[in-house]
Amino acid sequence: METAVAVLTGLYFAVSIYLMLSRHIIRILLGTVTLSTGANLTIFAMGRITREVPPIIPSGLYLPAEGAANALPQALVLTAIVIAFSLFAFLLVLVMRSYQELGTDDTYAMRDAEPEGEPLPPLGY
Amino acid sequence: MAAAERPAIDPADAFVMEAPALADWLIVMPLVIGFIFAALCLMTRKDTRRQPAIAITGLVLILLCVVGLFVHVLVNGTVVMAMGRWLPPFGIAFVADMLGATLALISGIVGLATGIYALREADNTERRYGFYPFLLMMLSGVICAFLTGDIFNLYVWFEVLLLGSFGLLILGSRRDQLDGATKYAFLNLVATTLFLIAVAYVYGLFGTLNMADIARKAAVMDEVGPRLTIAALFFFAFAMKAAAFPLNFWLPASYHTPRLAVGAIFAGLLTKVGVYALLRILLTIFPADRDDLAVAIAVVAAASMLLGAIGALAQTDMRRVLGYLVISGIGIMLAGLALGSATGLSGTAFYTAHSMVVMTALYLLVGIVGAAAGTFDLHRAGGLYATAPWLAVVALVLAFSVSGLPPFSGLWPKIFLVKASIDVGAWWLAAAILVSGFLTTIAIVRLFAFAFWRPAHPDMRSLSLAEVPVARLGLPVLAGLCGLTVIAGLYPEPFIQVSDRIAFELMNPAGYIDAVYAPMPAAAEGAVQ
Repeated sequence: METAVAVLTGLYFAVSIYLMLSRHIIRILLGTVTLSTGANLTIFAMGRITREVPPIIPSGLYLPAEGAANALPQALVLTAIVIAFSLFAFLLVLVMRSYQELGTDDTYAMRDAEPEGEPLPPLGY
Repeated sequence: MAAAERPAIDPADAFVMEAPALADWLIVMPLVIGFIFAALCLMTRKDTRRQPAIAITGLVLILLCVVGLFVHVLVNGTVVMAMGRWLPPFGIAFVADMLGATLALISGIVGLATGIYALREADNTERRYGFYPFLLMMLSGVICAFLTGDIFNLYVWFEVLLLGSFGLLILGSRRDQLDGATKYAFLNLVATTLFLIAVAYVYGLFGTLNMADIARKAAVMDEVGPRLTIAALFFFAFAMKAAAFPLNFWLPASYHTPRLAVGAIFAGLLTKVGVYALLRILLTIFPADRDDLAVAIAVVAAASMLLGAIGALAQTDMRRVLGYLVISGIGIMLAGLALGSATGLSGTAFYTAHSMVVMTALYLLVGIVGAAAGTFDLHRAGGLYATAPWLAVVALVLAFSVSGLPPFSGLWPKIFLVKASIDVGAWWLAAAILVSGFLTTIAIVRLFAFAFWRPAHPDMRSLSLAEVPVARLGLPVLAGLCGLTVIAGLYPEPFIQVSDRIAFELMNPAGYIDAVYAPMPAAAEGAVQ
């Protein structure tokens, strides 16, 4: 099961790197979303995937049964999903605003903060 | 009746039984105060006249807490607090050792300084859009990142401070801000996601997220491969956060676009969180892998310090000169990490503290200079020596300090780092530190010469400080920060003692591990009684 998830995670990372190599902001945005999904799947796989025994402590015992599913990665993934989602929401608005203001989503043309062809600093008075 | 059938449970097996000492609560107080006051500022955001008073009260209280925490750690050693009383490694632990407490202290100082400066800089619109809530959230995030002892929790604080910094960065929504913020946001998001992936691997390999527990397990692990991979991934992610070459391009693209108070707190705190995380992960948790990565770190350090200084030489905008100087400073901090000796780490600790104060002060200074000269352009600024002689004094102090010239605080850590480099025969690293200091001197003294000494440009009229609104509160703040660098330069003994202790603690992670696991014997004793 971990092997299958590992292959899937690898695919996610490959897709995200391909998208992030693009010049266009919207593809980079999709690339980062795919990257965080890949990261979440990595956490999930790292907790070892079992599904036969639910992580519930039987009555009268103090430990879950042998081979029970690991509940901690789910808490970690849940936290990471919430954070990644809020960042995605922020980035989506940021990208839309900068497209409206700058009139482009091409990173080569986004040179407002660092204009091209600036003069050299003065060499003397 | 069901409860009676069960065997008696001894809570001491799972819980810290003793209530933490009153002074130990100081470790969570910056977080509590920061979030409460951020919420209060958010509620009063339309009341733009009263909101700053609330925010400054919060910043002062945070500063008092971190001062108290620093003194507590200085006197009593590492302070640990387990959340929910869960014994380590199960609960999230907050751990303040000397490094964390010192950086938290300086963050408190930097936060208050920029908060006061921003009283005259942030306008009512920016206050309504949440300048102070973002500032308080970001400051709490930074301080908690320095204090947490749990690696996933560190990721959460990185995201908290990242979101706060996004908010501060785009206040105003000018074209260049949106452009800079886009690059800043994407590259930082990728860096934190890489950090998260590394955390996932740590969990997969060690089955724990408590830093002390990971350090314990990593020390007895024979397989180098997976551990080194994780350490390298952490190095990559945090070098990106710290803006080390060749991952530095987001910093000079964004730091000059927002208000100067925002640039100041970014330059003072954000990249240093990356440096702190590198020190913590590569020295406390994976010391063996730091030795394997040392050459790579040294090359990154030398390239950052040289290219940062060269980049600063090529800029015409004063704010962008400072952006490149931040990168150069990061290279110098990484040099100590690459060397790994007591002298080198002591130099890194001292330099990090020095750089946080001085870079903040330089941004605030350039804010006043830009407002008085009417421009940030080196071609057109000038004549400030005539209109603002005291500002010129402050500028010269800061210029000497950032270049590492005596008698200011930049000198001592650079001496340590050069000595540590020569001790291990890394003459090229020592040369890089000295050459970068030389180039920094040229870049920053040129800024001084053009903005202050040169007569005013015929088209421009430079204002006296009485006419510049940011100067009234800005000058006392700058004088305070300058005072710190002068004191640390003239009487470095106590500062060197603290940085030596930081270096000692970093080189002996056993002390950190013992501090986290100390609650156990205490609880066991409680059970016996």
